[in-house]
Amino acid sequence: MEISGARVLLECLIKEGVDVVFGFPGGAVIDIYDALPDYPIKHILVRHEQAAAHAADGYARASGRVGVCLVTSGPGATNTVTGIATAYCDSIPMVVFTGQVPSPLIGNDAFQEVDIVGITRPCTKHNYLVKDIKDLPRIIKEAFYLARTGRPGPVLVDVPKDVLQQKMRLKYPEGEPQMRSYNPNYKPNLNQLRKAMTLLAKAKRPLMYIGGGVIMADAHEQVMRLARACRVPVTATLMGLGAMPGDDPLFLGMLGMHGTYAANMAVYNCDLLLAVGARFDDRVTGKPGTFAAKAKIVHVDIDPTSIRKNVQVHVPVVSDCRLALEGMLGILADWDGQTDWEAKHAEWLAQTSEWAASHPLSYDRAASGPVKPQYVVETIYELTRGDAIITTEVGQNQMWAAQFYKFQRPRTLLTSGGLGTMGYGFPAAIGAQMAFPDRLVVDIAGDGSIQMNIQELVTVVWNRLPVKIVILNNGCLGMVRQWQELFYKGNYSSTCFEAQPDFVKLAASYGAKGFLVETTEQVAPVLREAFALDGPVVVDVRVTPGENVYPMVPSGASLSEMLLV
Amino acid sequence: MRHVLSVLMENEPGVLSRISGLFSGRGFNIESINAAPTLEKGVTSMTITTIGDELILEQIVKQLRKLVSVIKVVDLTDIPAVEREMVLIKVAASDSRRAEIMRIVDIFRCKVVDVSIDEMVIEAIGDYGKIQAIFNLLQRYGIKEVARTGTVAMKRSMQTMEE
Repeated sequence: MEISGARVLLECLIKEGVDVVFGFPGGAVIDIYDALPDYPIKHILVRHEQAAAHAADGYARASGRVGVCLVTSGPGATNTVTGIATAYCDSIPMVVFTGQVPSPLIGNDAFQEVDIVGITRPCTKHNYLVKDIKDLPRIIKEAFYLARTGRPGPVLVDVPKDVLQQKMRLKYPEGEPQMRSYNPNYKPNLNQLRKAMTLLAKAKRPLMYIGGGVIMADAHEQVMRLARACRVPVTATLMGLGAMPGDDPLFLGMLGMHGTYAANMAVYNCDLLLAVGARFDDRVTGKPGTFAAKAKIVHVDIDPTSIRKNVQVHVPVVSDCRLALEGMLGILADWDGQTDWEAKHAEWLAQTSEWAASHPLSYDRAASGPVKPQYVVETIYELTRGDAIITTEVGQNQMWAAQFYKFQRPRTLLTSGGLGTMGYGFPAAIGAQMAFPDRLVVDIAGDGSIQMNIQELVTVVWNRLPVKIVILNNGCLGMVRQWQELFYKGNYSSTCFEAQPDFVKLAASYGAKGFLVETTEQVAPVLREAFALDGPVVVDVRVTPGENVYPMVPSGASLSEMLLV
Repeated sequence: MRHVLSVLMENEPGVLSRISGLFSGRGFNIESINAAPTLEKGVTSMTITTIGDELILEQIVKQLRKLVSVIKVVDLTDIPAVEREMVLIKVAASDSRRAEIMRIVDIFRCKVVDVSIDEMVIEAIGDYGKIQAIFNLLQRYGIKEVARTGTVAMKRSMQTMEE
C-alpha cells in the first residue's frame, strides 16, 4: 500500500523505536502532525522550538537513546539551532526533523523558507535535504545510525512539504546502513594499550582524567575497576561527573577553571595523565603549555580529531572508551599481580588526600544573612541522596551544582558543557522526565538563565511532568558579574537586574506550584515539601548576591594559579 | 608549508560547502580548491592546496576524514605524485615585445590561445614551481589578467627506480 511521505517518516520513527518526539507544528510539517495521532508516539508540544531541541537532548543524555525533535521550516528550524549546537558540542545523539517549503519553491525566498541545511552544517554531525520521497527511509535510517554511532552527535533531516505529500510503498532498510564514507573505529590498537599500561606501571604519580566520552560509552565501571585495581586517583570534567561516585576516596572532583584544588594540583604534579573520553577543552586545561607539563599523556578518544588538537600526547588511542579500558584491564590481568599498586602509589595518594583535606570545596557556612547558594545545592544532594537527575542552566548555578552535588551515577548530570547554553536546563529536564517518568528531576537554575525558557512551565503543567526548578536567585547574571568583579574592576555593566518577575506568582499563573525561600532555615523543609509534591514546582531561593564560585583559575592561567576562597 | 590534498567524496549537493565551511570555520587556509566528478558514479574528486604546519595539517586531514561525505583523504606532499595546474595569462604584447614573449612561451611549452593588437592570452600547464616561474618571467611585460584552474594532483604509480 502506498502511503504519504509524512506517514513514511512516522513509520520509520516507529522502526527506530522512537516513543516520544518533542516539537512544535507549522505549515511545512502539518502533514506529519495530521498523521501523528495515528501512531503510538507521544508528542510533547513545547512553546519554543529551542526547548524542543534541548528536551530531545535531555532525553538522550538521560536515557542514552537518540532524542527526536520535530519543527517546521524557517523560524521553527532556526529556533532549534542553539539546541543543535548545544548537542553537537557535547556529542549528544539527536535527530532533528525540520519541515521545508515545497521543493519547487526552494531558493525562491518563499514564506518561512530558510536554508537550514546550510545554517546547521557546522553544528551537526551530518545533515540531509530530502529531495525525493524514495530517499526518505534510507536517510532516516542513516540519520539515526550516524547520531548514535562513533562519536555521537545531532543529525538534521530537512523534508520539503511536497515530499511529505508524495506517496510511496514503504520498505524500511534492514540491518546497519552501509556507508562507504563512514566507518567509525571502535577497537583499540593493542600495541598502544600496551604502551599505555607500561607507562602506568612506570609512573609514580598517575592520574586519570575522564570526560563525557566515558558516560557516552558506558565505560564508568571500567574506569572504576582500573582506578581501584591500580590505585589511581581520578578527576573528571564537567561532562564526566557521575562516572565515578562523587564521594569515592579515589575521586578528586572536577578539574579545570572551577575544579577542586586537589584535582588541579594533581594535574599539575602528575607524571602520567590517562585521559579517557575527554578533549582538553580550554576550560579544563587553562594555559595549555602548563597543563600536565610534567606528565606523559595517554589519550583515549573515539574521535581522531580530538587527539593532538589542543595538547601534545605521547600515546594516542583512537577507540571506544569502554573497549580501550577493557583492553587495559586485560593486560593488567595478564600481569597477574606482579605490582603492589597500593604500595607503589601510597605516597602519591597520601599527597592527593592531603590536598583534598587542606583545601576542600567550601564556603562560609557560619555566615548570617541570606542563603548561601552552595548550601542549597548541598541540601538538594542530601535530600535526594544523590539519586536525582540534575539538570543545570549555565553560569554560577552550573558550577555550584557541579561542585556541591556529589553525583553518584552516570547520566544524572545533564548540563551544557561545551556550548554553555543558558536556558538549557529546564527543557532538558522535560526530556529527562519523559525518559524517566518516576524519577526525581531537578533543574538547578539561576534567575537569569531560567528566564530564557521559562515559557515551558506550561509544557510541564499540561503534560503533568513533575519537574522541580530550584532557582538560585541572586538578582544578577552571577558568573559574568563575578568576572566583572575580578577582572573588570567591578564595572557591573548590564549584569545586575533592576527588574525581576515574581517567580512564585509566575509559577502560579502557569498552573505550577511556587515557593519562596528567604532564610537558610527554610531551605531544607521547603525543598523536602517541593520534592514530595506530585507536580511541577518552582522554588525561588533568594541567595547571597555577590557570592562567587571558587576555586577559580583565571582564563588562560595555569591550573596551579587558582584563586581560592 | 604548502600541502596538496587529494580528497574523494560522495557527490551530494552541498558537499563543496561542507569542505569550504570546514576550512573557514576552523581557520584553515585554502590556496586553491578544485572539484570534479570521477568516472565512478556518485564520487567527486577534489584537490585542495593548503598551507600550514605539521599540526595544522594533521588536523585538516583528520577533520576532512571526519566529514560523513568524505570517502578518502591523501596528503600528496610526502609521497610521489604528479601535480598540474592550467593558467590562462593575458599579457601585454606590443609589437616590439611579442617575439620575446613568444620565446618564453616556447621555452615553457605554453600555447598562445588568443592574440590581439596589443595583448596575448597564453595557456600554461605545469606544477606549482613552473607556473610561478612563468609568472615571474611575464611580470615585466605586464600581466593584465589571470585565470587559474587550481592544482589537480594524482599519486604516481609504482616507483620502479626506488625498488
